Amino acid sequence: MPGPWLPLFTLVPLGGAVVALALRSKTGRAGLLVATALVHLGLVASLFAPGVAPPRPALGGHLALDPLGLLVLSVASLVFAATAIYNVRYRRLTPPRLSRVYMPANLVLLAAMSVLCTARHLGVLWVASGATTLATALVVPLHRGRHALEATWKFIMLCSVGVAFALLGIFFVGIAATDPAGTSAASGLLLDDLLATARAGRLSAPWLRTAFVFLLVGYGTKVGLAPLHSWKPDTYAEAPTPISALLATGLTACAFLNLLRGYQVLVAAGEGAFGGQLLVVLGLFSIAVGAAFVVGQGDLKRLLAYSGVEHMGIVALGVGLGGTAAYGAMLHLVGHSIAKGVLFLAAGNAILACGTRAVGDLSGLMRRLPATGVLLLAGFLATLGFPPSAIFLSELTILRGAIEAGLHGIAGAFVGLLSIVFVAVAAAAVRIVQGRSAKVEAADPESSLLTLPAFALLALVVALGVHIPAALHRALAGAAALVGG
Amino acid sequence: MEGAIDTLLILVVLSGLYMLATSDLVAAIRATALQGLVLALLPLLVRGHVDLHGAALGAGTLALKVFAIPTLLRAALRRAGVNREVEPLLGFGASLSLAGVLVVLSIALGQRLAVPGAPPSSLLVPCAFATVLIGLLILVGRTKALTQVLGYLVLENGIFLFGLAVLRAMPLIVELGVLLDILVAVFVMGIVMHKIRRTFDHIDTHAMTELRD
Repeated sequence: MPGPWLPLFTLVPLGGAVVALALRSKTGRAGLLVATALVHLGLVASLFAPGVAPPRPALGGHLALDPLGLLVLSVASLVFAATAIYNVRYRRLTPPRLSRVYMPANLVLLAAMSVLCTARHLGVLWVASGATTLATALVVPLHRGRHALEATWKFIMLCSVGVAFALLGIFFVGIAATDPAGTSAASGLLLDDLLATARAGRLSAPWLRTAFVFLLVGYGTKVGLAPLHSWKPDTYAEAPTPISALLATGLTACAFLNLLRGYQVLVAAGEGAFGGQLLVVLGLFSIAVGAAFVVGQGDLKRLLAYSGVEHMGIVALGVGLGGTAAYGAMLHLVGHSIAKGVLFLAAGNAILACGTRAVGDLSGLMRRLPATGVLLLAGFLATLGFPPSAIFLSELTILRGAIEAGLHGIAGAFVGLLSIVFVAVAAAAVRIVQGRSAKVEAADPESSLLTLPAFALLALVVALGVHIPAALHRALAGAAALVGG
Repeated sequence: MEGAIDTLLILVVLSGLYMLATSDLVAAIRATALQGLVLALLPLLVRGHVDLHGAALGAGTLALKVFAIPTLLRAALRRAGVNREVEPLLGFGASLSLAGVLVVLSIALGQRLAVPGAPPSSLLVPCAFATVLIGLLILVGRTKALTQVLGYLVLENGIFLFGLAVLRAMPLIVELGVLLDILVAVFVMGIVMHKIRRTFDHIDTHAMTELRD
């Protein structure tokens, strides 16, 4: 039996968004968000069921699901479901009123992420990527003053210019695919056609290399690779926490997927070494920048943002190294998204309850908000790669890949930077959890709707660290093979 | 036909340079509309005949880049009540000289990166590169939020010129999606600009530096 019809993954949330926009009742909109998220998650889960064949390509090959798309789609759907349940309670507790478009915008984000994971045309991928930027910009509460405005302005300008460069990169791929007779096929930007052309050695190498540089700058801005990350801490800090959680997990993974589509073409054309070197350099630089800014970081959400820069650097490093490390990078992309989901949802509880993001003022959380304290501590340990977290496994695999490739300098730098991050983040975690100064302001800050989604994600990231199911292993290995692993 | 295409391409670069040189925001908005008009005509000329694809793309570009976006920007300018002067971070003389260097650089780049097959015009790549770079210069060299939006539009227009080289590879629906994306982006930027004006009492992004580590 083949999997679900592919357009469903986009049509379900899009339909939900339209209905949610028309609904007048706030509770109705929240309920619809959860229902749509769960239906979407159910559809994704059916892809992993035994006996279900991969879904057939749809719309004349414009939609198809390869292992890479499947991985990112699963992570996006999973974290989205967690934030959707979280939103039910969050919307009542958060002091600035959420705008009317908040719930529909969430669903538009899910629809756009589904397009990003299933579409095969580079132009369609670009349009969906632009849509995620705009939907996000609409839900940052602008009435909250100067900081929210500054953050939104930075976010929209940097990401718009960023994706503009990515569009330039896509046009360059198109130019590279024009054959000397001047008759490129009408489907010249379909990924599968491009890969076939690339394998046949008929892509113009200079244009393809230039294209990849622009794609790296463009989508790298959305991924938040240093030095293109400057919007990230500001936006994470000012956006509503469930949106920050989506930005840091599903949306970042989708942006990375976009970048990997370009890298796939580069690898198929035999130019993988060029792109790999760029990814290794940017990856190490991002890890270093992340490490430098988590040290002594006093704002909890900014701390999480810089940790995100570091972790995307790790994924870029793994993909750039290739081989064993590429498998590690894919596992890292999945593990980091789930662990960061735990952290953002727990951080959201703490910020709601205490009315501050300052690490110093949150101390003593374990005493006042035990469930949130446990989640935050466990989430931090999981992201730091403490066994049995999936991140321990992925970081170890990337390290092994570097050593197997004989790149001991890179392996050494990787371990050194990770140790700095470990000490800095562990210090912040201990400060938050221990001590006794946190003042709890909000009523019922630990409703099970706010903690259960995070506990579920936490259980999953630990379970994946202990045992990777065969279906997931196949997807990870398949995805790694697509990017030259 | 080749002559007409060349003239239009040069017109795009010249209007970009004009936007760098003028101190009048309304004139700068008019210059983006002119670029939009050229971009609406170029696909028709490049294809050499009028078909559904070309006509729909031309009409879409015309509606968005010549009418909708300039109208949005003029409304933003009126509502924000800012003076119509451009406030340069980089002086007019300096930015024009720099633009001259960038144009020369683009010509050099255009000679090194030849478009495979039969490009619509040998000036396409240099003019497109020059427009992209001028857009970036406007983006980083001016302080007002509105001028940054104008810089973004010029940058996009330059990218559209590159799109002419891959006209056949882009399905109409994707091209219209790209146009719509830009329209919504400018719309959202307009909303944010309005709120910035109400909160900060100006739209000078130079003063928005409170978020940093």
